Amino acid sequence: MHEVVITSGRMIPHIDPQLAIWGWEIPLYLFLGGLVAGILFFSTYYFIRNKKDDYPAAVKKAPLLVVPLLVLGLFALFLDLEHKWYVWRFYTAIRFESPMSWGSWTLFFIIPLSMLWSLTWIHELYPGFSRPLPVLNGFAARLKFYRKHLAWSLLVFSVILGMYTGILLSAFNARPFWNSAILGPLFLTSGLSTGAASILLLSKSEAEKQLFRKIDITLIAVELFLIIHLFMGFLAGTQVHVDAALMFLGGPLTADFWIFVVALGLVVPLIIEIFESRGYKVSVKIPALLVLAGGLLLRFIIVDAGQSSRWLYKFFE
Amino acid sequence: MRYAMAIDTKRCVGCADCVVACQTENNVPIGYCRDWIVQDTSGVFPTLNLEIRSERCNHCDNSPCVRCCPTGASHYSDGGIVLVNHDECTGCKACIAACPYDARFVHPEGYVDKCTFCIHRVREGQDPACVSVCPTHAMIFGDLDDPESEISKALQSRKHKTLIPEAGTAPQVYYLY
Repeated sequence: MHEVVITSGRMIPHIDPQLAIWGWEIPLYLFLGGLVAGILFFSTYYFIRNKKDDYPAAVKKAPLLVVPLLVLGLFALFLDLEHKWYVWRFYTAIRFESPMSWGSWTLFFIIPLSMLWSLTWIHELYPGFSRPLPVLNGFAARLKFYRKHLAWSLLVFSVILGMYTGILLSAFNARPFWNSAILGPLFLTSGLSTGAASILLLSKSEAEKQLFRKIDITLIAVELFLIIHLFMGFLAGTQVHVDAALMFLGGPLTADFWIFVVALGLVVPLIIEIFESRGYKVSVKIPALLVLAGGLLLRFIIVDAGQSSRWLYKFFE
Repeated sequence: MRYAMAIDTKRCVGCADCVVACQTENNVPIGYCRDWIVQDTSGVFPTLNLEIRSERCNHCDNSPCVRCCPTGASHYSDGGIVLVNHDECTGCKACIAACPYDARFVHPEGYVDKCTFCIHRVREGQDPACVSVCPTHAMIFGDLDDPESEISKALQSRKHKTLIPEAGTAPQVYYLY
């Protein structure tokens, strides 16, 4: 028997009885960050490969979503800060050891760059957009010559954005469920997959849909592999890591995770997309929306599970 | 200089004087605490073992809270004491997630707060408030780099341990047993 009691009484808000410092804001941001990273990756990649007219939804249309999604994500991050008027402090330090510093500087660069990137495509898709502000028209026209530079820099930043959110969590050794190097690649893959899903929703060309279906099939397969790998890693780890994994293998998060994230968010869309790619007619919206919902729920569950796993104070054993 | 604390689990009776002294000295808001008492019972009845510990921030040598702070608000001060600079803290809570001891919390004013080893007293040559009030003299504070200090001698002569050393943060609050 092993029993631990805090006899002086301790019920600090958001710390006791278990950590609850990050509510809906952080997982929502992690989801939006991943989605934006996915969209920007495909948009810039296929632009660099000179496929902008073959895959118009990916290269031109989807980036128009990026700025509103990023602003929404940033707003969620801002809401999460407890000392809000000191937010500028993120930009008075560069701290290489802190994933959150990496993130804030990545956002610092990716937001203006993606604004320029969407501006060149608004200009091309909707030439009348700048009628109220003619200056913008000239600027957008000139910006066209710098598309290659924008694309290369955004390609790099999109990978950093997609990856760092996972690294941010995995750097917390104090929370066993987050403490796995698999989270970085898992979040990157999931972000790319949600990006591909949103392109599928926007696309009107059958060739483009077929390509992104195939990409999504591959990404989902990689994601499933990474999830298995994640649990294998935990089960081969220390007792606290095993306990963290057991929350998903018979513990309180089992049904949520395996039914909603893995089955409905990954396996079902995978099967539907395989059927679709072989010519069966299924609404493209179903797998795409399932992938998006699964990606959002994955972030919520992982952020929650990390906060429920700990090294110290198993109150009764 | 390396400040550290040693707590004699054979002397501690769990009276929580240290908790109250800290709250008074540091104006800790009601409902919060920077130190706390843990009763740890282990064994099989009737051979049970009870250990009472006064716990707080471990002012680790390898502090994940300092490492992950994006603004540099969490930092090492005199003798390795880990502090939070309120004017640099954004309240992002990364350090709270990074602490395996759950020693940090968000102060109602928004910044992150925790034990400071009463650095304002230590700089004046006094013991931290918790140490100074302990009625059983169960707590020792001092400099580990000075072999003649009371804490160095206690750690030389007594068996001691730290909490979850396997978390790898090199904690500097020692428990004598």
